[in-house]
Amino acid sequence: MREPELDAPTPGQTVGPFFHYALPYDDGPRLAPPGAAGTIRLHGTVYDGAGAPVPDALLEIRQADAAGRIPRTEGSLRRDGRFTGWGRAATDSAGRYAFTTVEPAPARHGAAAYFAVTVFARGLLDRMFTRIYVPGPALDGDPLLTALPQERRGTLVAMRDSDGGLRHDIRLQGDGETVFLTFAGHDG
Amino acid sequence: MWPMTPATQRSISDEIARIHAAAEPGETRTRLDFAPYRSSTLRHPTKQPLAVDPEDVELAAPVFGQSDVDPTEADLTLHPQGEPIGERMVVTGRVLDAEGRPVRGQLVEIWQANAAGRYVHKGDQHPAPLDPHFHGAGRCLTDDEGRYRFTTIKPGPYPWRNHDNAWRPAHIHFSLFGREFTQRLVTQMYFPGDPLFPLDPIFQSITDERARRRLIATYDHDVTTHEWATGYSWDIVLTGSHATPMEEDDHA
Repeated sequence: MREPELDAPTPGQTVGPFFHYALPYDDGPRLAPPGAAGTIRLHGTVYDGAGAPVPDALLEIRQADAAGRIPRTEGSLRRDGRFTGWGRAATDSAGRYAFTTVEPAPARHGAAAYFAVTVFARGLLDRMFTRIYVPGPALDGDPLLTALPQERRGTLVAMRDSDGGLRHDIRLQGDGETVFLTFAGHDG
Repeated sequence: MWPMTPATQRSISDEIARIHAAAEPGETRTRLDFAPYRSSTLRHPTKQPLAVDPEDVELAAPVFGQSDVDPTEADLTLHPQGEPIGERMVVTGRVLDAEGRPVRGQLVEIWQANAAGRYVHKGDQHPAPLDPHFHGAGRCLTDDEGRYRFTTIKPGPYPWRNHDNAWRPAHIHFSLFGREFTQRLVTQMYFPGDPLFPLDPIFQSITDERARRRLIATYDHDVTTHEWATGYSWDIVLTGSHATPMEEDDHA
């Protein structure tokens, strides 16, 4: 079969400092109604290379539901009770983000569960991809994590809060720099 | 994060020229580590990203539909109290994947400064007037050909604090989704012939001239409408997509 002709991709540019009135919206961080049964808080802080919080970052997450199903449902902008498995949260003045959601189950039997994450920020010239893994025994067999040196694995695994929530910091640079991902076919 | 004295445009331009001279031609991606854009210094990852095959949720973009977006959100000139000031324009184009297939029914979001170069954002300190009739954010869904279309006002250039007398070329911010989570793109669309291009460290963070041109819209007289609005065309190509049986439907 002939290799398809590939068009050159449009390059990315920074989200800049002025996205707050356009991209974040009230229901963005609320994938599930706060206080509803089975909801958890996924939260943390985004840091720069000097360890300072990043108050103008934006995170998006994509996740399976509590049964491991991947929702393909519209309604992320106007949720109306629908669980769409996608959310968006800007960091606050202290660099903190927080989502209210359900804990994803693995999409495949025996696999580790994770949130797929996109990171944007002023000063970050293109979006970055990463994952936030749910802690648990399935992590030991995860091919992505086991491909990493031990000391970097932790940058992808959330910590369990005492209330059942998940805490996860993102470090754009420096000590404990988050492992970012590039996907096959996204060369350049 | 400020150096003692802000750099001059000349020294920023010299830095850009040195980086470009050392770059390989054909580098299509935006540099993350691009010191002339001062805010990138502490915010670019220093380690090579880990190459992985996307799986599960990474293969499934979020889905948006009619219940998410009202058609009036594609017209940024609509305002209950009156019309915005500036050059009314239409910007339209197609969202395609790397194989040239249209990305259908997907969300496109834009945001921009007004005609005077001022954003509706509390952080924007540029002493240019706000326009009470212009908010500057819009959304639409692509049609069956992957086409988006916005009616808006041509944004003005504006000063920023990267260096002394720094000005951004006029641009519209675009946020795009593909069929997969991995195709996410946020970028900026520029206007042809802007004299600020060579001076702008954000635009110049793409070292390859042909790649930079992919961010510049084309003036399109076929989009321009009689006694109403000028027209610009701009197609967007997302990064790869991973052929899955589900996507084969698109070839039918």
